[in-house]
Amino acid sequence: MTTTPTAPAALALPAAHGSCPFDPPPAYDQAARQGTVTPAELPDGAFCWLVTGHHEVRTVLSDPRFSADARHPGFPFLTPGRRALAVTNPSFIRMDDPEHARLRRMVTKDFLVHRVDAMRPGIQRIVDETLDRMTAAGATADLVTDFALPVPSLVICLLLGVPYEDHELFQAQSRTLLDNRATQSEVEAAQRRLIDYLTELAARKKREPADDMLSRLAAREDVSPAEIASTGLLLLVAGHETTANMTALSTVALLRRPEQAARLRADPGLVRGAVEELLRYLTIVQSGLARVAVEDVDLGGTLVRAGQGVLAMLSTANRDEELFGAADELEVSRDARRHLAFGFGVHQCLGQPLARAELQIALETLLRRLPGLRITVPEEQLVFRGHSVVYGVDSLPVAW
Amino acid sequence: MQVILDQDRCCSSGQCVLTAPEVFEQSDEDGLVTLRQEHPAPGLHADVRLAAVLCPGGAITASEAAGAP
Repeated sequence: MTTTPTAPAALALPAAHGSCPFDPPPAYDQAARQGTVTPAELPDGAFCWLVTGHHEVRTVLSDPRFSADARHPGFPFLTPGRRALAVTNPSFIRMDDPEHARLRRMVTKDFLVHRVDAMRPGIQRIVDETLDRMTAAGATADLVTDFALPVPSLVICLLLGVPYEDHELFQAQSRTLLDNRATQSEVEAAQRRLIDYLTELAARKKREPADDMLSRLAAREDVSPAEIASTGLLLLVAGHETTANMTALSTVALLRRPEQAARLRADPGLVRGAVEELLRYLTIVQSGLARVAVEDVDLGGTLVRAGQGVLAMLSTANRDEELFGAADELEVSRDARRHLAFGFGVHQCLGQPLARAELQIALETLLRRLPGLRITVPEEQLVFRGHSVVYGVDSLPVAW
Repeated sequence: MQVILDQDRCCSSGQCVLTAPEVFEQSDEDGLVTLRQEHPAPGLHADVRLAAVLCPGGAITASEAAGAP
């Protein structure tokens, strides 16, 4: 029997995680070792390029020949739900300049470094009160539901002007929006509920303004109610899910490397650098950032044609051995500042000063106040969120 | 070293302020990067170069051309 030689199969996306919950899927690692740009196939059968090198990821995310506008044909999606989400009520992360810059600049002021620094005492109070409630309730807790999720939810609610009493609604809908297993109709329904909720809230803020971001947006004449709702949705979802998962996952990573946790406890001044290292090592935006080429581009020696989709893999870029020697190790005192965990280019995370402040305060306080913190189930029982756009852990049973 | 800014490319990520706070700040008015000093002392050059590398919008140039002050 003879066989016809065929070209190597394109890498099927998304690839499954391997045995280490913190490492990128082995198939992506392997692709990164063989080259920086790899042909891949999306679940719907469409072709796309997997971009794994640090330099090439920076190029894709900062070169205007790659568009973030999901309305372009060829824009890559891992699920039909994600496509529906990006095309109806797109937020500014799915737009190019000048449309993107117009909307983003309306909200940048609230995330400036010195503004966020002024919020630090308030964030510390939220962290302390949340830990007080957690420890008063008993000797064990679920660190996700009792600490990691409430802290950033309370902070973003305060900033946006969203009543925290509504957290069950927006946390549940956010989770559906980010879940790759959700059907298109489930995603559309979750998005509709959040858009309706925020539209109504913004209308109320217009009538009864307060000192918060939604009130300031609602008072403007140059932004439509639909734009306010999509911007509010983006900030609300991104503002709590990412930081919550970083907090919980960082805790797992630190408790798994007790010597690293001990160094942080001994020298709290290390926490700023440690947060950068955790961002690099964990890279919770695990399925990459999607773009579509709008012109032919030579990317690291590979010709990417106009109309082809690319996925910029932050996770493998952050394990680049040349930039970060022993990149697969967590090393809290390393200089990890060149990581791409917040993306790169004009879409780089708007909330990063806030995320950094929350993570620094939450992790430092958690380690200081609970020196005996430990996970109470074997690690193989932890359920990691491989199915979500934002990686993390669903539940984290702890004692102290 | 001379630091040159292209404010049109600034996306207010704050990387420069975190990396070299002696040299960069963000305007309270519009959030865009502004310079505290155009010719930083040699001890700040490494931070400025890193800030230029980290700037996601490519808004910062650290010019070390011969003759630059």
